[in-house]
Amino acid sequence: MDLPLSDFRKMEVAEFDTSKLLANAAKQAKQRGYHRFPIVDVDSHHYETEAIDEILEYMDDPVIQQLARSARQATAKGNGALSVGGVGYQDMGGRVMRYSVRGMEKTPKDRHRDIHLAMRWMDAIGIDIAIMFPTPMLQLGLHPQVEVEVALARAYNRWLCERVLAHEPRIRSMLYLPFNDAEASYKMVQEFGGTKGVVGFMVTSARYRPVHHNSYMKTYALLEEMNLPLAFHAGYNWNDQTVGMMNKFISVHALGFVFYNMVHLANWITNGLPERFPKLKVLWVESGLAWVPFMMQRFDNEYMMRTSEAPALKKLPSDYMRDMFFSTQPMEITDMGMLEQTFRMLKADTQLLYSSDYPHWDFDLPSTIYDLPFLDETAKRNILGGNAMRLFNLDMPAHKMAAAE
Amino acid sequence: MPEIHVAKIAQFPDGDRRIVSSGETEIGVFHWGGQFYAYENLCLHQGGPACEGVMMHKVEDVLAPDRTFQGQRFSKDEMHFVCPWHGYEYDVKTGECAGDRKLKLRSFEVVRRGEDIYVVAD
Repeated sequence: MDLPLSDFRKMEVAEFDTSKLLANAAKQAKQRGYHRFPIVDVDSHHYETEAIDEILEYMDDPVIQQLARSARQATAKGNGALSVGGVGYQDMGGRVMRYSVRGMEKTPKDRHRDIHLAMRWMDAIGIDIAIMFPTPMLQLGLHPQVEVEVALARAYNRWLCERVLAHEPRIRSMLYLPFNDAEASYKMVQEFGGTKGVVGFMVTSARYRPVHHNSYMKTYALLEEMNLPLAFHAGYNWNDQTVGMMNKFISVHALGFVFYNMVHLANWITNGLPERFPKLKVLWVESGLAWVPFMMQRFDNEYMMRTSEAPALKKLPSDYMRDMFFSTQPMEITDMGMLEQTFRMLKADTQLLYSSDYPHWDFDLPSTIYDLPFLDETAKRNILGGNAMRLFNLDMPAHKMAAAE
Repeated sequence: MPEIHVAKIAQFPDGDRRIVSSGETEIGVFHWGGQFYAYENLCLHQGGPACEGVMMHKVEDVLAPDRTFQGQRFSKDEMHFVCPWHGYEYDVKTGECAGDRKLKLRSFEVVRRGEDIYVVAD
């Protein structure tokens, strides 16, 4: 069976190839001259469940390991006890084809499959360094068993560091924190904070533990001391009662991927965490940008009347937000005037970081930034790579150094 | 204006498509409902290969006379092709974007000469 592709890129389903799918992205990269400056993608993904057998080898708890292996055998999706994903339609009913055929893509055996796949889409899009996150694990914070979240998080982090990050400097990660167990999260930072390829830590936002709980303070202090950024990666939970009132995935995704980050950001600011950890760098990932002006205006307005409820603050909530970092995708490019104001409000020149979210359905190419009419060349390059290189202390890729010289 | 050979009609059945190129421009040619349609293979969204995605009928809501929702169905008349990158849908008969009909793919004239189909590249 053939994929419905052009005659000159014709390939059978079994020969699906990411590089061919992204041929037009490669053209964009060439036309715009991305070779002239570094591009860093602060939010990309792999499908860790495709390597779940390898990951389970790294699991310490033999009982949870056995439960997971057994459940994996018994379920159609193959993830068993570790899967809490539930209902969702990320592939748009088959309209976005790469979801259904990606598992058949062939890769050489000389390096890990995830490295080969990442190099294909990174090279096509023009990305030099990608910060990679898992996919199904984005909902692991909803797992009813805290000990399972901890066990899988540590197994995944060990596997990722040893099997992927150690072997490819263009792939980095902010490691998963099992945030439902504050002590385990602290130990995770201690254990992996200095590991090659680890540029920070990540909390999956879809969960029900408030970020201002005292049990997290020593983890924030440690991250601040180690100069490692903390990211909150958005996610949805259709089983949430409020979200459950929506019967379309478009609604669940549009609101769900913003809702939890709004809650965490509200708690972060009103509890004065920016004052308590002034050097801790916080990054909000995959909620787009349209929510940022809303939060700024809403909280500034209320703070002026209810100052006594947030006594730790020494400036407006929006001022704290302008000290934070935001990833671009999925960037709402529907009203150029509003987008320009959004960039101004969040100080995009220094605080905004390009992200692709590839290979997910709503990925953004660098052209979403590079083609914006209201940015000058310096701002474009900062957002596409410079800001991330400064935030994560990244070295410029060797071939970009050569181009710059 | 150059004419690009697309296919022999006998080898281009209804429901099928071909992608041809004219210089740097790729053109998707669709044979649908006895007619031929041709559009630039470049999505208006982020530049994906729009003409290379799956073809799927438009989804419609079914409402009763009292305006209550009864379910959904696939249209019998309107066929879409879907950009494989992000899911932008286009009407195969017009090239209009289903989400915003003001947006329209660049179209090309298709001509038949004997047993062959050509697209006129401008």
